[in-house]
This record gives sequence, C-alpha cells and structure tokens, in this order.
Amino acid sequence: MSAILLRGQGLCKHFGGLKALTDVNLSIVRGTIYGLIGPNGAGKTTLFNLITGLYRADGGTLEFDGKSILTCKPHTIVRCGVARTFQNIRLFGHMTALENVMVARHTHLKAGVFGAIFRPPAVRAEEAACRSEAQRLLHYVGIGTQANRIARELSYGDQRRLEIARALATEPKLLALDEPAAGMNPTERETLKNLLLQIRNDGTTLLLIEHDVKLVLGICDQLSVLNFGQCIAQGTAEQVRRDPAVITAYLGSGAA
Amino acid sequence: MTKARALPAKVWAGYGLMALALLIAPFIVGQLGGNSWVRILDFALLYIMLALGLNIVVGFAGLLDLGYIAFYAVGAYLYALLASAHLDFHVSAWIILPLGALIACGAGALLGAPTLKLRGDYLAVVTLGFGEIVRLFMNNLDRPFNLTNGPQGISGIDPVSLGEFGFNKGITLFGQHYPSSYAYYYLFLVCMLIVVFVCLRLENSRLGRAWVAIREDEIAAQAMGINTRNVKLLAFALGASFGGVAGGLFAGFQGFVSPESFTLMESVMVVCMVVLGGMGHIPGVILGAVLLTITPEILRDIINPLQRSLFGRSVVDPENLRMVLFGLALVLVMLFRPAGLWPSRRRREELEDDSP
Repeated sequence: MSAILLRGQGLCKHFGGLKALTDVNLSIVRGTIYGLIGPNGAGKTTLFNLITGLYRADGGTLEFDGKSILTCKPHTIVRCGVARTFQNIRLFGHMTALENVMVARHTHLKAGVFGAIFRPPAVRAEEAACRSEAQRLLHYVGIGTQANRIARELSYGDQRRLEIARALATEPKLLALDEPAAGMNPTERETLKNLLLQIRNDGTTLLLIEHDVKLVLGICDQLSVLNFGQCIAQGTAEQVRRDPAVITAYLGSGAA
Repeated sequence: MTKARALPAKVWAGYGLMALALLIAPFIVGQLGGNSWVRILDFALLYIMLALGLNIVVGFAGLLDLGYIAFYAVGAYLYALLASAHLDFHVSAWIILPLGALIACGAGALLGAPTLKLRGDYLAVVTLGFGEIVRLFMNNLDRPFNLTNGPQGISGIDPVSLGEFGFNKGITLFGQHYPSSYAYYYLFLVCMLIVVFVCLRLENSRLGRAWVAIREDEIAAQAMGINTRNVKLLAFALGASFGGVAGGLFAGFQGFVSPESFTLMESVMVVCMVVLGGMGHIPGVILGAVLLTITPEILRDIINPLQRSLFGRSVVDPENLRMVLFGLALVLVMLFRPAGLWPSRRRREELEDDSP
C-alpha cells in the first residue's frame, strides 16, 4: 500500500475556450488533511469535480489507491472510496436527516427487488444495521438529536454537518469537502475544525477547499494554491504563506 | 400503559372494518346501482393497479411517463394472443399473468435503456411517442400475417379460471346467483392488495430511498454511490410489470381487446390519477384512481336524466362534458392543492415551496 492515496498529474480541463485547469499536479498522502485554496474562479471546484467524476478531464492522469479513476462515473468513484460534499449544500431536502444518511449507505446494502418485497431476516437485519449506523454518524458529527427533522429545516451549520455525515456513510478513504465552513459563525467553525481533525484521526484522509485561511492554515498538512486554473504554489502551510506568488495572487503585485 | 395497548387494538379494528367493507362492497353497490356499477368497481380496482404502477415511475423516481398505457396494452394483448381462438392457444391465465408481468418489464427496460438519459419534458415526449407506437403496432399488425387482428381487435378471449371455477360464470351465494363482475371483483381485489403490499415494501427499502433521492437531487444521489441509470431503469421496469398484470386481467375480464382501449387519453388518465391523488403517496394514488374512475360514471348517471328533464332532450353528450369537467377539476386541484388531494407530508412541502 503506497503512502500516496490520490495522485493527479498534468490534469487539464477546459470549457470551450476557457481553460479552467491547466497542468495541475497533486498528491495526497494517506491520513493527512490536504487543502486547496485560491481566489474565486481559480478552478478549485473544477478540480473537485474531476476527482469525484462529475467532469471528465481533458488530459492528465488521476490515480486513486493505485487505480486510475480518470474516466470513472461518479457512482463508481464513490465505490472506490471518494466521498464529497457540495459547495452549495445538496441535501435531499425533504427527507429526514436520518434518511439522508441512510440513502448514502446504498452501496453497503444488498437488498434487491425481491429482498425489498419479501424482507427476509437478512434484509431486516441489514436495514436495522443501516439505521443504527446512520444514527451513529449523526451523533458523530454532533446532530444526533436532529435525526427525525426534515433536512431543509435544519440550521445552516447543521445542514453542513449532515452533509459530512452523509458523505461519511459511504465509508470513504478520501473525504472531499467543498467549503464546509462557508456561512458558519466562529463557534461553529471551531466545532467544525475539531470534527475534521477527529475524522482524520479516525483514519480518513481529507481534501478541503476553504476560503477561511485561518482554518486552512490551522489544520492542513499540505496545501495547493490555484490561480487561473494553474497551481502556483504547493507545500506546508508555512511555506505557502511566505510564497511570493501566493501573496501576489491574493493581494496584488504591489504588496509583495 | 393502557393507552399504548388500546391503540393497536383500535388500529386492528380499523383494518377489520376496512376488510369487511371491501369484502361486501360489490353486494352493496350491486344492490344500490345494479350490476353495471359492480363492473365499474372492477375497473376502479384495475385502475388502482395501473396508477400504483405508474406511481413508482412518476411518484417515487420523478420520471414523467406519458406512454404508460403501452405496458397495459402489452399485458392485454399477450393474454389475448395466448388465450383465445385467434391463434388457437389456450394457455392458463396463471401462466400468462406472470409472463405478462415479465414481458412488460422487458418492454419497460427496452424503452428505458435508451431514453433515461433524457430528463423532464424530453423524457415525457419520448414515452408519449412510445405509447403511440405500441398502439399503432396493435392497429396494423394484421398484415403481413394476422397477429393482432388490426382495429377489429381480438374477441372471444378465455376467461380467467381457477381449477374448475370459471370467473365468467359468476358466483352463487345463499341460493342467489351473482354475475361474473362479482367473481372478478374478488380476483382483482386480491391482485390489487398484492400490488399495494409490494409498493409499500418497495417504498421503505433501499430502492425506495434511492428513487426518492434521485427525484430530490440526481447529482447528489450519484455522489452517494447510486447508479442512477440502473435504479431509474428498475423503476421503469417494475412500474411496467404492474401495468402488464393489470392488462392481462383486463383482457380476461373483458373477453375482448382492441387498440382503442390503449389511446393516449388512457395514459393521460392514469397520470391524472397519480397527480390528482398525490404523487408518491400510496393512499393518495388509490384515492385518485377511485375518484377518476367513478366520478365520470356518476356524472353519466346524473347528466342524462337532468338534461332530459330540463330541455326535454339530450343537448350535450356526457362524454364531451366529462372532459370539460375533468379539465376544470384538474385546474382547481392544481390551484388549491398543488400536491394532490391526499399528498404525503414530504411531497406537500416539496411542492409548496416551489409555488410562490
């Protein structure tokens, strides 16, 4: 088992004439938190969508856990072990929190049509286990008491956490979070930070897009900075913070 | 404690009453309105099966299918071909009905496989076309060799029978003879209850959750590892198989099938039952099916005598008036109860925040 969980090389993606990503490399080490930062429109979410199969790259290679996932469909990539959340929350709004998480157990359940109709003991046990696992995950992210509430009635912070619980329910090796702290207040951010560290300590690798620089610099082991679809800096938080190219991208050329 | 124990007893009593009502319904209806009303009751049961089948596609998975009646036609024609003098096959209904489910299921998959990439309106148009194609096939397959007997349809179809008992002979109870519609009522009732049971089980399963997830947000559903194409295909195929069974029962009951029974209007009718009753909510869909089968018949019974007494003759054909009233009812329901007459809690919320 190699130490590198995800390795992307020379990734390109363009939409018509717009080059959203050009020649991006990244490698994520198992058991770490990898951050992806950059100004608006830098291509962070595009890179996310490449990794999770929503877009297909126009060039480059993408290997996850030793397998190429470059041309895989989103649902296959989930089965390989990549789970994600969305920048603008995409919960199943009218299901309860618990049901949302139960949906994500889909690939770990076996019941087919006949199993569903006749409900033999094996299926009953599977459903019960699915329910209790979903409940456990809700507790894990700290919204255990909200299990039976309709997802879109939850507070914004709780919706974000529900999305994380839902992604965790697929039992990912890599959890990709697209701006998990967006719209959260400082207290919520602090609990989120602890949650993310907890997830990493429990053995899941994290890939994080985030605008909150304090949060990113605080918890990420490695960082990539994107600007105009290109990777302008890579390294630890400390290295990136001092990088002149990064300072220029964020503050303009006069500031460096 | 006593209250907790009393509640299930009440629920059971409720179920018991419902069962009793369903059991004696044809006798009461027959007593009040004559045998033609028992026939209408039979058709209501058939339409419940159809509506519940379509509900899997439209209500659970959120795919608009406007050609659903094609699967009903497939089931009906399969029965007609395998159990009539037309091709001189006389296969038992108990073999044809499961076979009809299977073949309709296959037809559903065949239609779904190339079209499920389409979304929303585009899918609706393609399924509408499919429904018409099937009907036109039935209409024109009397050449080069006579398979479907064209527009004349196939008559003299064998009735459903169970051992020695033929459902067409009716039943004799307490020295009184009741015609075939009574016997078929019980057959249809059993089939409908099986369909309801299957729907309830599917709704609360891994598949049911996946369908609803796709309806709510297809991209998020994919991100949960759901193979949306296969799961949607399954909804199509399962819904179609219910249609196939209902079609077979229809052919056996009616003794006659022709392409006229499977027009676009019939598809629209079934969609209306689902939408009017409450998409995705099984009791709602049943209510919709019953209402839409029975109301036109009541109207027919009222409007003709009313016109005669008012004008001395029939001014408007009740069949035409039916469509006008139908449209009006739909408009009113969409205005005042956009989620249907009896929606599920979830669906009601979904539709209420879409409207301003």
